Formats: sequence, C-alpha cells, structure tokens
Amino acid sequence: MLVAALLSGLVLGGTYALVAMGLTLQYGIARIMNLAYGEMIISAAFLAYVMFSTLGLNPVAGLLIAVPAGFALGYVIYGAMMTPLVARARDKASLEIDSILATFGLLFVFQGVMLVTFGANFTSYSYLNDPVTIFGTTLAANRVLALILAVVFGGGLYLLLTRTLWGTALRAVAVNPGAAPLVGIDVNRAARLAFALGSGLAAAGGVVISMYQTFTATSGVVFTMKALIVVIMGGVGNLIGALSAGLILGLVETFVATYVDPGLTLAATYAIFLSVLLWRPAGLFGRLMR
Amino acid sequence: MSRALLSVFVFALVVAVLAYVPFIAGSYGITLGIGMLGYVTLATAWALFSGPTRYVSLATVAFFGIGAYTVAVFSENMAYPLLLAVAGAIGLAVALVVGLATLRLAGVYFVIFTFGLAELIRQLVTWYEVNVTGTLGRYIFLPVTPEGIYWQLLALATTAFLISWGIGRSRIGLALKVIGDDEVVASHCGIDIARVKLALFAVSAVLITLVGAIQAPRWTYVEPTIAFNPTVSFLTLIMALLGGANRLTGPLLGAVPLFMLFEWLSANFPNHYSIILGLVFIAIVFVLPRGVLAFVEENWRRWRKSGVKNLPAVAE
Repeated sequence: MLVAALLSGLVLGGTYALVAMGLTLQYGIARIMNLAYGEMIISAAFLAYVMFSTLGLNPVAGLLIAVPAGFALGYVIYGAMMTPLVARARDKASLEIDSILATFGLLFVFQGVMLVTFGANFTSYSYLNDPVTIFGTTLAANRVLALILAVVFGGGLYLLLTRTLWGTALRAVAVNPGAAPLVGIDVNRAARLAFALGSGLAAAGGVVISMYQTFTATSGVVFTMKALIVVIMGGVGNLIGALSAGLILGLVETFVATYVDPGLTLAATYAIFLSVLLWRPAGLFGRLMR
Repeated sequence: MSRALLSVFVFALVVAVLAYVPFIAGSYGITLGIGMLGYVTLATAWALFSGPTRYVSLATVAFFGIGAYTVAVFSENMAYPLLLAVAGAIGLAVALVVGLATLRLAGVYFVIFTFGLAELIRQLVTWYEVNVTGTLGRYIFLPVTPEGIYWQLLALATTAFLISWGIGRSRIGLALKVIGDDEVVASHCGIDIARVKLALFAVSAVLITLVGAIQAPRWTYVEPTIAFNPTVSFLTLIMALLGGANRLTGPLLGAVPLFMLFEWLSANFPNHYSIILGLVFIAIVFVLPRGVLAFVEENWRRWRKSGVKNLPAVAE
C-alpha cells in the first residue's frame, strides 16, 4: 500500500510539476499572472478526449496537435490581450493587477465555451488502462506513461532553458527585465515566447491529465490553484523548484487521499500553501520576491 | 456646508424612497430589489477593501457562502438575530485567518489565496456534511418575509455605504490611500500597514457574510454548490470595477446596470451568460480600467479645458 501510494503520488506530482513549469514560465518571465491557466489545461484535456473518441487518435499522437495548438493560442492571447496591458503598465504591480483581472475574465469565457460545448458532466476515456506491475504493485499503464511524459517534457524544457542561447535569454529576462535589453534581448518578444511556451506546457499537461483522470468543464480552477501553489513553493521562475514542489504536492495529496480521506486533498494542498506562506514566503528554494 | 447638507438630505430621501418600494412593487419587484440591494452591498463592501489597497479579492463568494450556509445549518435551533451574529462571527474568523496569513506579504499572495478559498471551503463543507452529518443539502424554514429581507438588505446597504463614507474621511482612510499608492512610503510614514489592511479586510468580509446570511432564506434549499457559486465573486468584481472601485458611489453605479444586464442575460441566454459576462469584463478592464466615474470626469475636464481654450480663438 505504501509503495502504491508512493508511485501514484509520483505520477500525480509529475503532472503537477509539468503544469506548474508552464505557469512559472508565464509568471516568472512574461510577468503575467494567468488565472485562466487551468482552463487552458482543461481545454487541452477536452481536445484530447475529442480526438480520441471521434478520430481514434491516441493521446500521445494527440500531443503533437495539442501542444502546438496551445503554443499558438498563448501566442495569440499574449499578442491580443497582454501587449496593450504591458504597454500601459506603469510598474510591475499594476501589470500584475491588470493581468489578474483580464485573465479572470478570460477564465469565465473559456469555462462558458466549454460548458456550452461539452456540458457539466464528468468526462474521461479509457486509454492504455492495462495493469503494469512495478515493485510488486500494479499500476495502470496510462499512469506510467503520464509520469514518463512529464519527465520527458520537464527534462526537455530544462535542457532548452539551460543549454541554448534562446533559453539563456529567457532566463535573463526572468532575473532582470530591466537589464536584459542592455545585452540585446528583446524583452517583449521573450515575454511573448515564454507565455506561448507556458500555454504549450498547459496543453501538454491537459492531455496527460486526460489520460488517467476524469475532468469537468469547471475543474480548471483547482488546477490553476495547485499550479500557483507549486510555483510559489518552488519560487517564482524557478524550474527545478517547480519540479520538486510539484512532486511534493503530488505525494502529500496521494498520502492524504490514501490514509486520511480523499475529500480532504484540497485542504491538504491549502495547508501546505498556508505553511509555506507563514514560514518560507519566498518559496522553499527562492529568495524573497518583492 | 450647504452642499454637504444637500447630499445628506438626498441620501436620506433615496433610502426613504427605497424603503417604501415594497408597498407598491409586486413580488417580482421585491425579488429584483433584493438581488440588486444584495449586489450593491457586495460591490460596496468589496470596494471598501480592494478599491484603495488595490488588493484584488476573489473570495467574495467564500464569505457570502459562509453566511448563507451558517444560516442553513443553525436555522432550526437559534433565534434569527443570533443567527446573523454567529454568521458574522464565523466570517470574521475566516477573514482574520486569511488576512493574517497573506496580508503581510506582497499582494499577489493574497489574490492567489482568495482565488481558491471558495473552492476550499465548499469542499470542506461538503466533506463535513457527507462524513459527519450525513446530509448534503439543507432546508431553511425561517419566518422571514421577502419584504423583511428587502428591508434588512437596505439597512445593510446603507450601513456599508456609511462605513465606506466614514472611512474615506478618517485617518484610516488616508492611511489606506497611501498604502494603495506606495506601500514603502506608507510604512515610512509610520502606518502599520498589515494592521490597517487586516482591519479593512475584516470589515469588508463581515459585510459580505451578512449579505449571504440575510439572503439565505430566499433559497429555502441550500447545498454547497448553490451557496458557493463563483459567479457571485465574478459579478461583484465587475460591478465594482465598472463603476470605479475608488469612488464612494462607484460600486453602486456599476451594480445597478450590470445586475439588470445579468438578469436579462440569465433569462434569455441561460447557457451563454458567463461567456458574455467574461467578454464584458475584459472590455471593462481594457477600456475603463478605473471605472466609468473616473472616465467621465476626465473627459468632462478635458472637454471643458478645450472649450476654454477655444474661446479666445473665437473672440479673435
């Protein structure tokens, strides 16, 4: 039972880490606090569901469509909605407020569209639902695949950001958006790319989630919330922080669900958030953000 | 002085006229009035804290729901005034916990915390009801007439309005304005930032809780998904922003037209209203970031200025 909880905690945590990395890109680099992030995740989950049930396309192939679509959506949203807000923002705080408000409106638009199209029912599909035995416990194959995909995406993103010139430019903007132009970095372009990249990761997360979880048109809020908590726990803009905080959150949730009560997982999430706020507001690995 | 007297007189007259409405309006009119007064109070209470400090609270429905659900739980074994007091006390306690945890930090932590708060409380209440009491959903049978609810809400709206007016003229109001403009300056002026913010947040939260508690008997049947409906947070936010969260009458001016719009939309487009409201909201954020009142004032000033400038040209 312990090994089983540990393994499914890792699966869940891997997914959280994947999703949170996208959000930390959007908030850490593009400086957009995106409250519609969870709705982007759920949209991708519905996209994977539609592709699987009508076209018979398996979700891994679906990623090849969903991730570029998410990237394009993020690129368009940043261009259309965020650019004017960035242009009129006097400082970081006012951009934060404006982006919170604008994306809060966006949340209801996304949610409304999904409710009209798919209704409010729980949705899921059965893909690779075969038992696999690892360390003496059985796990559904789709969960193992979800963990592998999270590792591949997370590792790929980490290498992209640390090993390429392009990634270094993005990290430079995260560290100091004021000084980045001095070394020839176009901050607006970097922010737009980071936002689009974050949306692409949200789409990847959505497809992965749809493989092993049920979801509804209104469950985006919870994913946004969890991703935000992971981002804060890991320190804003910190990829490795997001990765480890995501795993911790997934493990804690699974243990609470297994040993205490499945109805209290969100309470456990909030308890973690509260203790992080009280003792390490800058995140487990971060410096104090002001 | 005479102008101040006039506004006091107008205010008293408006309240008196509104108090007379139930005698002439039909039951639909009273229902509409209850909804509108509820949202006017919510928007005013929201703007009380979030307007000057610019800390966007997304937890309106968390407190609203706490109020409504408390009444539902205790309605059978408590006197009505005591019921309201208990609801207010629970709202206050939650507000203090949230405020103490987040208001010492940068504003974005507060926003994030309030963003998920309603969902957290909804799940906790659901868990408690399913596992401990074994009943999900409760009936409220209270001897309160629609007229009674209307008058209570009118009294609450008046109170919220007077508190908002009083704070605007007090030391704490001035402190809030400084905090909203620049927190560093505020702390250097000797303002205890965390305490001022906490006090204001608590007042605002108690008012919101009471709106929920007073409106609860209208529903007769309450379950967590009804009491903690996120649309309430969303509508309150749009209303306050449309009118202008920094003005005394701003939330009022935003609440009335948007409530009518919402009523019309939910009657005619029950499935699409959240999309339309979302678009309206985005438009408000882009076109009127500081509200209708500020927008009108600025343009009025510009128009008058250009009028004055043009005068000599005409004379020449």
